[in-house]
Amino acid sequence: MTALHAETLAELAGRLARGDCSSVELTRHFLSRIAAHDAGLNCFISVLEARALAQAEAADRRRARGEAGPLSGLPIAHKDIFCARDTRTTCGSRMLEGFVSPYDAAVVERLDAAGVVTLGKTNMDEFAMGSSNETSYFGPVRNPWDPARVPGGSSGGSAAAVAAGLAPAATGTDTGGSIRQPAALTGLTGLKPTYGRVSRWGMVAFASSLDQAGTLTRSAEDAALLLAAIAGADRRDSTSVEAAVPDYREALDAEPGRLRIGVPRGFFDEGLEAGVAVAVREALGEYERQGAALVEVDLPNLQLSVPTYYVVAPAEASSNLSRFDGVRFGHRCEAPQDLLDLYERSRGEGFGAEVKRRIMTGTYVLSAGYYDAYYLKAQQVRQLITADFARAFERVDLLMGPTTPTPAFELGAKTADPVQMYLNDIYTIGVNLAGLPGISIPCGEVAGLPVGLQIIAPHFGEAALLGAAHRYQRATDWHRRLPAAYA
Amino acid sequence: MSLTNDQVRAIARLARLSLDEGEVAEVADKLANILGMVGQLQATDTTGVAAMAHPLDAVQRLRADEVSETDHREHYQRNAPLTEDGLYLVPRVVE
Amino acid sequence: MSWETVIGLEIHAQLSTRSKIFSGSATTYGAEPNTQASLVDLGYPGVLPVLNAEVVSMAIRFGLATDCNIAPRSVFARKNYFYPDLPKGYQISQYELPIVHGGSLDIDLPEGGRKRIGITRAHLEEDAGKSLHEDFHGMTGIDLNRAGTPLLEIVSEPDLRSPEEAVAYLRRIHQLVRWLGICDGNMQEGSFRCDANISIRPRGETRLGTRTELKNLNSFRFIDRAIRHEVERQIELVEDGGKVVQETRLYDPERDITRPMRSKEEANDYRYFPDPDLLPVLIETATIEAIRASLPELPTARRERFVREYGLSEYDAGVLTSSRELADYFEAAVEAVPGAAKLVANWTMGELTAVLKREGLDITDSRVDARALAGLVARIHDETISGKIAKEVFEAMWAGAGDADSVIEARGLKQITDTGALEAIVAEVVADHPEQAAEYRAGKHKLMGFFVGQVMKRTQGKANPGQVNGLIKAVLE
Repeated sequence: MTALHAETLAELAGRLARGDCSSVELTRHFLSRIAAHDAGLNCFISVLEARALAQAEAADRRRARGEAGPLSGLPIAHKDIFCARDTRTTCGSRMLEGFVSPYDAAVVERLDAAGVVTLGKTNMDEFAMGSSNETSYFGPVRNPWDPARVPGGSSGGSAAAVAAGLAPAATGTDTGGSIRQPAALTGLTGLKPTYGRVSRWGMVAFASSLDQAGTLTRSAEDAALLLAAIAGADRRDSTSVEAAVPDYREALDAEPGRLRIGVPRGFFDEGLEAGVAVAVREALGEYERQGAALVEVDLPNLQLSVPTYYVVAPAEASSNLSRFDGVRFGHRCEAPQDLLDLYERSRGEGFGAEVKRRIMTGTYVLSAGYYDAYYLKAQQVRQLITADFARAFERVDLLMGPTTPTPAFELGAKTADPVQMYLNDIYTIGVNLAGLPGISIPCGEVAGLPVGLQIIAPHFGEAALLGAAHRYQRATDWHRRLPAAYA
Repeated sequence: MSLTNDQVRAIARLARLSLDEGEVAEVADKLANILGMVGQLQATDTTGVAAMAHPLDAVQRLRADEVSETDHREHYQRNAPLTEDGLYLVPRVVE
Repeated sequence: MSWETVIGLEIHAQLSTRSKIFSGSATTYGAEPNTQASLVDLGYPGVLPVLNAEVVSMAIRFGLATDCNIAPRSVFARKNYFYPDLPKGYQISQYELPIVHGGSLDIDLPEGGRKRIGITRAHLEEDAGKSLHEDFHGMTGIDLNRAGTPLLEIVSEPDLRSPEEAVAYLRRIHQLVRWLGICDGNMQEGSFRCDANISIRPRGETRLGTRTELKNLNSFRFIDRAIRHEVERQIELVEDGGKVVQETRLYDPERDITRPMRSKEEANDYRYFPDPDLLPVLIETATIEAIRASLPELPTARRERFVREYGLSEYDAGVLTSSRELADYFEAAVEAVPGAAKLVANWTMGELTAVLKREGLDITDSRVDARALAGLVARIHDETISGKIAKEVFEAMWAGAGDADSVIEARGLKQITDTGALEAIVAEVVADHPEQAAEYRAGKHKLMGFFVGQVMKRTQGKANPGQVNGLIKAVLE
């Protein structure tokens, strides 16, 4: 069997169903891909060989009994932000280097129940804070398309692993673009569902009102398969939403009628690299050829999404990360002199520079005398940004534009100036602030590097989003390309 | 936007983060840049705009008052750096 | 200079739910350390809070009982600070939009009369764990069983003007939360705790002085003493030319002093913000009305009704409504023996309370239930037995000898009401004491007591003293 790793989940599921291969064979194939290639990419923090093979054997037994579901026996990787019972969960941080979760995240629980095999836990920016995967305590991840470049972040390990064929799909989380941006930079389909669509239980919190779990896959069809398994209300997450979960797979082939696509003017500003603009315009042209109408729309407060995000997210993070105090779990400094020393050194040593910066930013904007000027103001502007999207969706069905201003940049290119790094998220962040679903799909290349098209839908519009992405992928083959070194 | 080293030390103390003296100036510089960038918000007129805490206009669900948890102390304390007799230990606390 | 004391209380009442406010852990007191601390209570990475429905309805009950407004929309906020008994590094509380606000409660003033005390707000929050300072090699042990126990923090207006008023208010709240069944009121176990904000100002001044916050007031006696000490300290300080510093102080009952709390020395900046893990709590009018309809008659109303309906004194009515269980007991007994309310009241507050106290029992554990006590009172009321004999009957009932009638029957304690039999005994007594009879007839009427005593002796107390009195008079006069 050749190029199993080039196939989609749906194709691999077909093989399993036909008996072309077993889950154990499939799992061994990807484990050997990891063994062969991960040293150069650093996608995985933990490879769970024994657990994966046990799950694969169980899946094969279920299939033999005729009890297989659509995902049974398919291997995937989990971002190391999801707790998995009795498994190390580090969140890319020294703080949790030795942390073994006593429980499963809802996402892990649901995929386990669907018979999915967990190959391992993927590298990520520390506590999901970063856009390049360079803030990980476990070292940077390299982009399979060019090892001198970043895969994006924070779900960089998941993205690079799927792009390099070390896993057919992976989970991720998206707080400000952490699924869509790495998907764009590695040529993948990255889905960030509506806030509340997927339970956050067991997902280490970064910014609670923005975090959402999603998927990195080769195709929109694969994203639909996985979303069907992880979506739905969870009584353990008060912010998960009760809305019914549609049949996403069936929705892929639904005829949308004459689609009205909004193209936000601000997405094509001077910050957008020319080659990326060309690829995205070309993709929009494909939708026009398929019968869609393109409508220019304005999101007047789009420019404020970065400053708004960098108040709201650090504020929530500064509080969410207070639980890491060296008492019940996590890093504890040697021989603390007193309580203050225990706190300050455990946290000072356990967190990396970017995490500390965000905690301090968040602490500052919430502190007495600054709350109104920063935090409250940001919450109000968040309302304005959300209203912009709502107004646009009165006129159009979907919004489309670039996912990122540039293709993958080189390691170290933006680490010196955090603000430059933050501005990289300009097109993705507004979607999180408004809680909307968004997807990035590959739509071209610039100098051999993938470019992503971002599609945004109204709340709970995942079916329309996936349908639009699927129709593009039926007509094009950007999503089938693999980096030459990993073909 | 600029921050004094003392301001940085005060924020670090509030956040319980140790900073080397050498780090303070660099952190001050980067934080000042970030705060300068987010300071753009100040220019926006938000008169009469409600603060938005959640992306969805939803209401808190309530849970029935039932005991659903059992004792897993041993399992949960495997992650603890220091325990004795089932207690988590910290340097002496003076009230 | 004459000084006025200004006091406001912050009362923390642990709500008597089965499970915690945001997790399904049990709230039982006294469990082995950390065996009732779930992942949510421990603040594990990735966990989320879900609100217990019962705490919401308990807060509404309190709000309705104190004429407060129930917020149609209230919000949970995070109060951020580091402390080892606070696992997440923040306490989930309510800040800008508490569930209950703007009510009042009347207290009885020590010098007589009533005073209305404003209730600023009552909000829901989670309790912290406990730090155990026994020596663990010079370290402190942390038990998080209590972390996440629901609390209702009840904040008064600074309307209290003396330690006595503060204690009276605290007692009223204590009575009320128990009455409503929302808190067991156990101060030893910490389920009812109090902090006091105290300031002084020259009499006549309307602005508030700088206040200190006094913590660790965990008995009614300590509260009175602690406030007294703190007021004296402030007055001395100011009269010596000093200034009161706003700070948190701790009352040390062993040394009987207040001192600044070291852990609170650093000025706190709690960085409150709405908790993004929890959504706004909406309360519909229908919910409020349903809870209002289910409220028991409140202590003040019941006390007033006891005075009106049963002719009790204010004092007696107050004692009998000190707890809902006692008031229920009293009324159940009165219903079973109509027309004898005062007698029931005396017996409930007298013999019954004494024996309960002696044996350390609650009214609900009484070995003589309301119906049985009514049975006994009925026999006093219809003069089957005297009050004195009744005490003997009561002791027997308490010891398990059966109801009043069977004890009276079995022990032959029924009063002799047969006039013929009593006349014979009176005649006998008079005949046996001719000298005294002669003296009586000569005008020494105080000998009546002697004759009655003799008759009672021969009847073993079973004669009705009034009746005996009449018969003796008839023979001697």
